[in-house]
Amino acid sequence: MIETLQAFFAEYGNLLVEGTVATLIMTTASTLIAYLIGIPIGVIVTITAPGSLRPHPAVNAVLGWIVNIGRSIPFIILLVALIPVSRFIAGTSLGTTGAIVPLTIGAIPFVARMVEGSLAEIGPGRIEAAQAFGASTLQIITKVLLWESLPSLIRGAAITYITLIGYSAIAGAVGAGGLGDIAIRFGYYRYQDEVMIATIVLLIIVVQIIQSASDILSKKIDKR
Amino acid sequence: MIEIRNLSKTYDAKHIQHEALCDINLTIDDGDIFGIIGVSGAGKSTLVRCINLLERPTTGRVLIDGDDVTDFKGRQLLELRSRIGMIFQDFSLFAQRTVLENVRFPLAVRHQDKQESYKRAQELLELVGLADKARNYPSQLSGGQQQRVAIARALANSPHIILCDEATSALDSLTTESILELLRDINQRFGVTIVVITHSMDVVRSICNKVAVIDDSRIVEQGTTEEVFARPKAAITERLLKTAGDHD
Ligand SMILES: Nc1ncnc2c1ncn2[C@@H]1O[C@H](COP(=O)(O)OP(=O)(O)O)[C@@H](O)[C@H]1O
Ligand SMILES: [Mg+2]
Repeated sequence: MIETLQAFFAEYGNLLVEGTVATLIMTTASTLIAYLIGIPIGVIVTITAPGSLRPHPAVNAVLGWIVNIGRSIPFIILLVALIPVSRFIAGTSLGTTGAIVPLTIGAIPFVARMVEGSLAEIGPGRIEAAQAFGASTLQIITKVLLWESLPSLIRGAAITYITLIGYSAIAGAVGAGGLGDIAIRFGYYRYQDEVMIATIVLLIIVVQIIQSASDILSKKIDKR
Repeated sequence: MIEIRNLSKTYDAKHIQHEALCDINLTIDDGDIFGIIGVSGAGKSTLVRCINLLERPTTGRVLIDGDDVTDFKGRQLLELRSRIGMIFQDFSLFAQRTVLENVRFPLAVRHQDKQESYKRAQELLELVGLADKARNYPSQLSGGQQQRVAIARALANSPHIILCDEATSALDSLTTESILELLRDINQRFGVTIVVITHSMDVVRSICNKVAVIDDSRIVEQGTTEEVFARPKAAITERLLKTAGDHD
């Protein structure tokens, strides 16, 4: 048994480590960039809603529409449709780098909705208090909306990250590298079940670590 | 001094217009503890929110110390608001900030010196008797303690006006007493004008020197607390008086 395992890792160890690293790079980079863009969108959708800080029906409706459209396109279609865009932005539509573009674009509307949901939990009381003390709109956004919803934003980021791990496996099907790629190449095309099982175990471990880290962190900083 | 002149407020909600305030005239003098009493939905919150322009009057003027502030915008508006303290029924403390950070918030918003603002916040916590809770979070405090923190926060910018919207409505009667006592103490020590919104005649009797009764968007009577209690003119005032506890 131990010998079989040793033989397995001797043959596939490097491949699996590289795959894990590629998956982590793709998802981490996409999550970060998606938040950089998704947070402002979520904030703008929130504050332009009727009765909010800066009501603006047109901006609110247009952004809402864009987010909805983005959310309704299946990822596999987005992946193919974005091949020229990836070439333009990342210089390649292939491999780990190429996959970051569709992953990010797929995640942005998702992140915007998550952020909007987190901000909605704040309720009017604290916002009004900040207004009453002369806080500007920007100060209310940073010091109240984002700060007070930080634990919820962190939980949302973990959900996004884990969702993107799933998407990255789909991207693997078009040569993005990573664990999904390995599972398909070895498990599906070459019938090497043990490689596929190993990738599944690794994916489960990664997801568990991220979920636990997010739970611990959000619990630690949540003072409610 | 707060002067409210011919103020009306109409809410537009989906083709239905609702007149929340109708031709309000009030003068609140410096050092007053001015009660505004009425039943739920009478327009009390709307009225008090017009004073710091959280709500824009539809018509009419708001004057503070002789300045017409009704059309204040931008920096001028933020500056005006920061000179007026406010406390709320649900305390509205920042859940993810310590008690000390909560009290410092109005100073941080105005980019005041960090060290000095922490010192000021700590002094205010001493004033409200919660110096030992500085590092706690609001969720670790009782309702009465949270409202004390909110009062300390309202005092941070040394305002000459404090607005209280149902500040004791979520508290039990003993806690209410102690909060009212604190407000009275602040009024006497610092000469702060306090506007007290309430639905309770007990609160009015306990701390207000003047009172206005608001019913169905209109002021139906006003005067010194003594006058209004001794000779109520409006039917609603008599009804509100009947619901008040008998202390004498
Ligand atoms: N933002 C708003 N939009 C529409 N109607 C409102 C709004 N705020 C208050 N109202 C209405 O105005 C009336 C007075 O409300 P309010 O001032 O909160 O009363 P009170 O504080 O005396 O209970 C109520 O009928 C309420 O439904
Ligand atoms: Mg009210």
